[in-house]
Amino acid sequence: MPSPFILDRSSVTQVMAWVLAALLPGIAVYVWAFGPGILVTLALATVTALAAEAAMLKARGYPAKPFLADLSAIVTAWLLALSLPSLAPWWLIVTGTLFAIVVAKHLYGGLGQNIFNPAMVGYAVLIVSFPAQMTQWAAPLELTSAPLTLAQSAAVIFGGDVPKATLDAVTMATPLDALRTGLLQQHTVDEIMAQPIFGHYGGVGFEWLAAAFLLGGLVLWALRIVGWQVPLAFLAGIWLTAGFLHFFDAGRFGAPWFHLFAPSVMLGAFFIATDPVSGATTPRGKLIFGFGAGFLTVVIRTWGGYPDGVAFAILLMNLCVPLIDQYTQPRIYGGAKKTKAPSA
Amino acid sequence: MSRELFKFKGGVHPPEHKAESNARPVRAAPLPKKLVIPLRQHIGSPAKPLVSVGDRVLKGQMIGEADGTISAAVHASSSGIVSAVDQQPVPHISGLPDLCISIETDGRDEWVEHRPLDYRALAPADLRIRLRDLGLAGLGGAVFPSAVKLDPGAAQHCPTLIINGGECEPWITCDDVLMRTRADEILQGVAIMRHLLGSTEILVGIEDNKPEAIAAMQAAAARMDFAAEIMVVPARYPGGGAKQMIQVLTGREVPSGKLSTDIGIQVFNVGTAYALARAVHHGEPLISRLVTVTGHVLRPQNFEVLIGTPMHALITLAGDRDGTTGVLMGGPMMGMPMPNLDVPVVKATNCILVQSAELFPPLPKALPCIRCTRCADACPAELQPQELFRFAKAGDFGRAQEYHLFDCIECGCCSYVCPSHIPLVDFYRYAKSEIWTREKDKRAADLARERHEFRQFRQEREKKEKAEKLAAKAQAKRAELAAAPDAGGAAPSEADAKKALIAAALARAQAKKAETAPKNTDHLPPGTQREIEEIEARRAKIRELARQPLESDEKP
Repeated sequence: MPSPFILDRSSVTQVMAWVLAALLPGIAVYVWAFGPGILVTLALATVTALAAEAAMLKARGYPAKPFLADLSAIVTAWLLALSLPSLAPWWLIVTGTLFAIVVAKHLYGGLGQNIFNPAMVGYAVLIVSFPAQMTQWAAPLELTSAPLTLAQSAAVIFGGDVPKATLDAVTMATPLDALRTGLLQQHTVDEIMAQPIFGHYGGVGFEWLAAAFLLGGLVLWALRIVGWQVPLAFLAGIWLTAGFLHFFDAGRFGAPWFHLFAPSVMLGAFFIATDPVSGATTPRGKLIFGFGAGFLTVVIRTWGGYPDGVAFAILLMNLCVPLIDQYTQPRIYGGAKKTKAPSA
Repeated sequence: MSRELFKFKGGVHPPEHKAESNARPVRAAPLPKKLVIPLRQHIGSPAKPLVSVGDRVLKGQMIGEADGTISAAVHASSSGIVSAVDQQPVPHISGLPDLCISIETDGRDEWVEHRPLDYRALAPADLRIRLRDLGLAGLGGAVFPSAVKLDPGAAQHCPTLIINGGECEPWITCDDVLMRTRADEILQGVAIMRHLLGSTEILVGIEDNKPEAIAAMQAAAARMDFAAEIMVVPARYPGGGAKQMIQVLTGREVPSGKLSTDIGIQVFNVGTAYALARAVHHGEPLISRLVTVTGHVLRPQNFEVLIGTPMHALITLAGDRDGTTGVLMGGPMMGMPMPNLDVPVVKATNCILVQSAELFPPLPKALPCIRCTRCADACPAELQPQELFRFAKAGDFGRAQEYHLFDCIECGCCSYVCPSHIPLVDFYRYAKSEIWTREKDKRAADLARERHEFRQFRQEREKKEKAEKLAAKAQAKRAELAAAPDAGGAAPSEADAKKALIAAALARAQAKKAETAPKNTDHLPPGTQREIEEIEARRAKIRELARQPLESDEKP
């Protein structure tokens, strides 16, 4: 056995465990602001992900234990679950999770080999295939008279017999959806923002969720689980792009703070765009990757066919990673002041 | 310490484990019954043996002479009888045995005649030859022959001399203890280095986890008649690496693929400076050194050890314990496992680290790389280890070289921080050795091809010369015939026609024979057939190549 003979105490499991821990504040706020339905979604996604992971490892002839213990499947499951509408039907959750683990992760070669973020692939497949179900967002509790209990939420998710009136009372469009629909109906941003769903910066409840994800993200940054480059560049990409548009026509384009304080943005900035496997590796590459994802998010939100663009923006930037990495190789110790990009 | 310090990128801070061994005083290891002295203890050509079995040798007697410029002599560490000159196990990463001189010691420890050198009176070139013959080599680990490094070369002088007391590897304390106890002699050695290199700036870098050593060196520096700046640098592995020490002390980087002397800086380990002082002021060759024996032993400490002492003797001396799982030479980051404990202490042996399952738990199984780039953050050479790993694993050595594989100093920081526990350095060593092997093969093939081409060229040339000679002869003959008026005009042409007919008939017969005769090249298995085709293709290419010089020859 050659040197070195000692190791730092870090491990993939430890990294993934911290990522999961950093999601807990977000989950807590989610329950507080939107009801306990998310817990059912999380549990279902987790079980599905672990089962799919175990089955795929067996099929590919890999030992199940070390790979299940690395917790990466649970991270994927949670990230997908937190991106889905909280009252999405069970088959939507299962389909998305299966696609993420089986296709996006294992068919690309498993842990460390996938070029796309699995959770975002799962999300993209669902929003393209089932756009209607993907808008079943629970309304913020602040805006509903009779919030669902955990059992009722589970009943909704598992397709139990829930009166449509009850369901209508507890679901509504997300703020981003409301903005998009409003703009399509030729309302100005100010008019749309006067709707009760909008809060101080983002949507009622949603802005608190965003803040909780931000808090978890900052913990990850403080622990050096994630670097500063990707989150900062991602947030800057959103803020600057949205700010630029808003500056030109505040009536047609949402304010930069509104774009920033969406849960999907904070989740994307700290938990998804920072996925090392599918992200850029060089310091400059990380800045380009993050900024590009932020820029594309606002572009897709503004001109694209979907209310939110974080998933597609990150997937598009995943595509660019090999190119970005190749042309942003840093100078090495003792290297020439300006290094040529290595040839392909 | 008024100077500004710089930083090197990356690095790690593993548990230091220095306190175990640096508190006990240095103890002289007893004279062993048998010394085994390898002839290759330095980088470069191994020494050539000067003694044979049965010879009596004295302590300090040269028993192997330097062979060429990059080489150093080896000496008997004590008096006794040469019992063998043969292959013995040596502490080397390859685990292969190497040529050694074994000496049965007689216990008298009788010195060969030796006297101090007046280094100021000697011409620098002569002094360097003396130092080579005294066996001096870098004691920091690389064991590069010191005499070579003490030659400023064409530049005439090397402005900056750095003395490396960093000792950044965990567990090792031999430099620390040396500085604490022998600071004056270290600086006397530095004075000689300064004299040979013509250095104007002398910087001694010591990591801040050695306060006693720093104090001792500062006190000694104050007593010297030249200025040596003792600089306290933050303890961070691999801060004691030459390139990192240069960067921290001067803010400068050694350009990739160059030597530090190209930017006017030379670096020596404190132990080398001490050995140099012993060599010059006492005439003593390099026959002993300080060795830290630590880890899973009862009394971790430093010993003054004769080169050639078997390692097991030192471990016994420090108190061996049950539960030993292995022994390393060097530290846990860059050390190498010893195949067995009969191997001798050599000039490069700074530490003998005894392992146990508790101190060195077995490394966990590797998981796939998740491209987290912690390795890139830790790399002091500022490489992208995750990319190098990918290329090395895929066998894409060309890309690995483009991503500066050969700038890797194999410090082990990347492996240390890897959350997937991938033995990254191992992959880099593998890739490097593959590239070296291929280059060697390619050089050999190139040489063979050149020889072959030249042979073809020569044969062609000889054929041409012969033909020209014949043509000239025929011309002369014809001229002679033409000059003779009595010869018949028609007769020769008639004879020619007849000859042509015969030749044509012969050719036809041969062609027919070739058609019918069974050939061992028909109906071959496809593999052999392909091989033959490949050989034919190569031949055609070689012919093509061989023709070129001829054609160019013909051009005026």
